[in-house]
Amino acid sequence: MCGIVGLFLKNPKMEPQLGELLSGMLSTMCERGPDSAGFAIYGAAEDGRTKITLQSAKASEDFAKLKAALAKNTKLDGKLSLHDTHAVLSVPSESIDDAKAMLATEFPTIRIMATGENIEIYKEVGYPTEVAKRFDLAHMSGTHAIGHTRMATESAVTTLGAHPFSTGADECLVHNGSLSNHASLRRELIRDGMTFNTENDTEVAASYLTWRMKQGMDLGQALEKSLDDLDGFFNFVVGTKEGFGVVRDPIACKPAVMAETDDYVAFGSEYRALAGLPGIDKAKVWEPEPATVYFWQR
Amino acid sequence: MQQLIGELMRTFDLAKSPLRELNEALHRQKDGANEAHWEVLNPRGGHAIAVGIDAPIEVDVRGSVGYYCAGMNKKASVTVHGSAGPGVAENMMSGKVVIKGDASQYAGATGRGGLLVIEGNASSRCGISMKGIDIVVKGNIGHMSAFMAQSGHLVVLGDAGDALGDSIYEAQLFVRGKVKSLGADCIEKEMRPEHHEALSKLLEGAGITDAKPSEFRRYGSARKLYNFNIDNADAY
Repeated sequence: MCGIVGLFLKNPKMEPQLGELLSGMLSTMCERGPDSAGFAIYGAAEDGRTKITLQSAKASEDFAKLKAALAKNTKLDGKLSLHDTHAVLSVPSESIDDAKAMLATEFPTIRIMATGENIEIYKEVGYPTEVAKRFDLAHMSGTHAIGHTRMATESAVTTLGAHPFSTGADECLVHNGSLSNHASLRRELIRDGMTFNTENDTEVAASYLTWRMKQGMDLGQALEKSLDDLDGFFNFVVGTKEGFGVVRDPIACKPAVMAETDDYVAFGSEYRALAGLPGIDKAKVWEPEPATVYFWQR
Repeated sequence: MQQLIGELMRTFDLAKSPLRELNEALHRQKDGANEAHWEVLNPRGGHAIAVGIDAPIEVDVRGSVGYYCAGMNKKASVTVHGSAGPGVAENMMSGKVVIKGDASQYAGATGRGGLLVIEGNASSRCGISMKGIDIVVKGNIGHMSAFMAQSGHLVVLGDAGDALGDSIYEAQLFVRGKVKSLGADCIEKEMRPEHHEALSKLLEGAGITDAKPSEFRRYGSARKLYNFNIDNADAY
């Protein structure tokens, strides 16, 4: 199974409510994915700075050390804010490679979940409502967000196996379904220089999109191409800095329903996820067509 | 007697009481039940609403429903004033189910009898493995509809998606709009007087007055796939 929710706000007045609305949507999808949950949220950018979302299995120890290291390294100008097992490190955009190099050499147990001017990704093992509470999703604001509740089928229940997956700067992917050619595709991608953290099929899809975009495709083209190259069941919801996209495989067994009003575009694995949204009674509600790429951009 | 029982109505609010209580109460209804009209409020996409009814009662659901609404329905008339999730009226035996909005995938799957009316669009696999149910869709239907359909009728006022009637047995399909493609062993067939008559009755039953049987084309089985062919004997 698995549950997906997504909300892309058209009305900036609703931005302070984004976390609360997404949290409500996520809570309706617990039965579809009770083993882990995660979300990507696109919040306000800070001029000239980039955010790196970090995660650690020994968060208090690692992040305390990182804080101390940042205090010494004034040249890097890094600011750290803690969120349970995750932390967001903000650095001047030109120092992003230095920051990543420092993390890789001095903090091998810290993992990078996302990088970008707006995106933050949080994910953990646990019941979705608990995961949302740990990160205080309800009080987050932003322009758009994607959430996922996982019922693992293809790989182990771990933090890194949870969704969303980062596909590049300010980009992420969530998946409902299972890919049947992920092992062979992973081998091809490894041969072409891509690296993997898990045995997860969705990570292969995320890596595939990144690989296609490295070849010069935009996200829409990469998604179109994924319909040819990925075998299996998938509903993908992707996030970019300014946009939000949806694609379903040609068989379209995995459920999907969308709603649009003047204020927002919303995605849910089921209508239950949309039932609590403001103005849903007057929204245009429809099921996205199979093998069709949908995209909204501000 | 019918008029008398029609006057009692019970309202059930799913925001206040659990689904199981609703379904248990509906299951207690029998022929000649005096609680003959039910109204269900706040369905909010909930699953399995009004499944397994076995009594000639009327149920109005005010809002959209999730998976398997009115599944296994017998004798009852269930109207959803909203859209329906996957598997609406799955394995219906008799009675009538009306969806005022759209229906998701496999609407009316494996249905044995009764009438399912979808006033909006139905998505993929509508009427998959249907076994006697009649389905009338005012809008379009998605791909792989009437896959392995055995008997009954599927009437579509709009268009049909890819692979209509793949591996079909003896169900009859009537489509007014375009058919994107036909599935294996499904072919167009002539509309004979008996088909005009059957279609006319189906449209009337669904309350449709603005479509004429002559506007439809009929599709059904070429009967090449499921009959044993002696020429293939060596293949087994």
